[in-house]
Amino acid sequence: MGSTNSTLLKIPNVEVLMQETGFSPAHIIRLHDRFKALDKEGRGHLCPHDFGAIKELAMNPIGDRIIGAFFSPGKETVDFHTFVKILAHFRPVDKDRPKEPNSPEPINSRSNKLKFAFQLYDQDKDGKISRDELLQVLRAMLGMQVTDEQLESIADRTIQEADLDRDDTISFEEFRKACKHKRFTMFRFCIRPGERKLMLTLCHWSSELQDQHEL
Amino acid sequence: MESYLFPFDSLICMLLGISFTVWFTLLLVFIIVPAIFGVSFGIRRVYMKSLIKLFEWATLRMERGAKEKNQHLYKPYSNGIIAKEPVSLEQEIQEMRRGSAEPEFDMSDIFYFCRRGVESIVDDEVTKRFTAEELESWNLLTRSNYNFHHISTRLTALWGMGVLIRYGFLLPLRMKNYLSDKVHLMCYRICVRALTAIITYHDSENKPKNGGICVANHTSPIDVIILASDGCYAMVGQVHGGLMGVIQRAMVKACPHIWFERSEVKDRHLVAKRLSDHVADESKLPILIFPEGTCINNTSVMMFKKGSFEIGCTVYPVAIKYDPRFGDAFWNSSKFGMVNYLLHMMSSWAIVCSVWYLPPMSRMEGEDAVQFANRVKAAIARKGGLADLLWDGGLKRGKVKEVFKEEQQKLYSKVLVGSSEDRSRS
Repeated sequence: MGSTNSTLLKIPNVEVLMQETGFSPAHIIRLHDRFKALDKEGRGHLCPHDFGAIKELAMNPIGDRIIGAFFSPGKETVDFHTFVKILAHFRPVDKDRPKEPNSPEPINSRSNKLKFAFQLYDQDKDGKISRDELLQVLRAMLGMQVTDEQLESIADRTIQEADLDRDDTISFEEFRKACKHKRFTMFRFCIRPGERKLMLTLCHWSSELQDQHEL
Repeated sequence: MESYLFPFDSLICMLLGISFTVWFTLLLVFIIVPAIFGVSFGIRRVYMKSLIKLFEWATLRMERGAKEKNQHLYKPYSNGIIAKEPVSLEQEIQEMRRGSAEPEFDMSDIFYFCRRGVESIVDDEVTKRFTAEELESWNLLTRSNYNFHHISTRLTALWGMGVLIRYGFLLPLRMKNYLSDKVHLMCYRICVRALTAIITYHDSENKPKNGGICVANHTSPIDVIILASDGCYAMVGQVHGGLMGVIQRAMVKACPHIWFERSEVKDRHLVAKRLSDHVADESKLPILIFPEGTCINNTSVMMFKKGSFEIGCTVYPVAIKYDPRFGDAFWNSSKFGMVNYLLHMMSSWAIVCSVWYLPPMSRMEGEDAVQFANRVKAAIARKGGLADLLWDGGLKRGKVKEVFKEEQQKLYSKVLVGSSEDRSRS
């Protein structure tokens, strides 16, 4: 289509982006529009302040951590490519993907999703969730609604259950095992052909099924 | 050569002269005279119906074109990027936990907040309200279309003709009409016709009376024209600079209106005093107030500021809903200036809207201003078919309050702590 192609052309390296992330052209355009809408000053990149302007995100208890996930350490801006790549984590897993031994793992694999969640806990990026980091997340999610003692007991119990090698921290592997039998909701971008609206719907996705397909 | 040109020239002049005269007469007969007498020829309704058919045809044509090329028609933001199911926090967490035995904190709980956060990055309710509502069918205005390209010559020709008509015919017509009239009701009625506004007034028996306050949801400055062409009101509002200021000053000469500086507005007592004085005087016209405080894009009604509801007189709610197919009336004041907006308005196809006059409401015993405001807001939203949002219209400019974050934390802690209490009991 005329104008959609021309919008796509304006985005540099869009073919590579689509291949890496698995988003369709329509999705990329949507996300590009959203990116431009967030980039109020039209600089071509986003900074933490632009994310902070999203009201619903400011209302989210772990909003600042999610914003932090978009910015690699040391970088203060997010360009469109990085933006899309991070959002690609939230696409549903491609169940029909053929297993090629040499191709890199897709961004939306279960493993990468878990890594994304892991980094929300692990702020100092040492590869482990310490008791302190866990406490911080708990405090963020619960605010002043629970006492310190309750918080500590929740943290203790969680570490006790998840920490298998008894080093008082939770590594990524232990985290993965702890989330093994949970079903967690991701959102799914999908187009319904034959309908006049482009809709993205929420779907539930059972983690047990995924385990069989993934490593 | 010259002699050849001259007759040709004069022929053109003659033709132009004739067509101009004809056009002017038509103008007079069909627009100004009926406006004076408040009579409608029904031409506008026919115009509206034919426009709808045209738009539908145009959209079908575009979709067919898209299908031929095996691509999906890209419609930006129809109803939002993510269709969020209205599932509450408790429900979601419980769903997540279904596999495990005890409802307690789990490392994967963070996914819920993570998902909500990323969803809001991709699409959020509030920003959506402040961008113009996108349409499903293209209404031949390039500005509301992302797919414009040469699908068929017919469509392009139609669009071209549309441009010609709108800019060459409708726009000058409206400019002329818009600027030249002084008399109050006639002035507004003509404006209404000039904008090719087709307004349906419902429940006129509930029209606001003297000594009351009329409250309506706000989409554009056109709201004022629409309401004022059906009744006389005293306006309250912010003093604008520029073109709007000129219009305001002109209006003040006709009727006693109340204009405020934006800084004066901060002094709530002053505002309240002026309003109550006006209301107490039975001979004065009902005050027209838009309590949302800013233009919303007409898909929802935002939180009403409680100020106007503290005065303690009868409130006449009015719901205004625009039909977006014909021209988007929403004014995004942080993006477009007044003149820009007017240009958009004047060159749209038409303004079609419905106005519902709701029965008067007063503050009940034991109800405070905020509750009263919410009650009125709910009534307006229900009548106009708009979403009743809790969000503060001031969010367009201000920051979100800490209190909303606390709400989330409270809900989540209830899920956890509530369950641990059960555990300690057993």
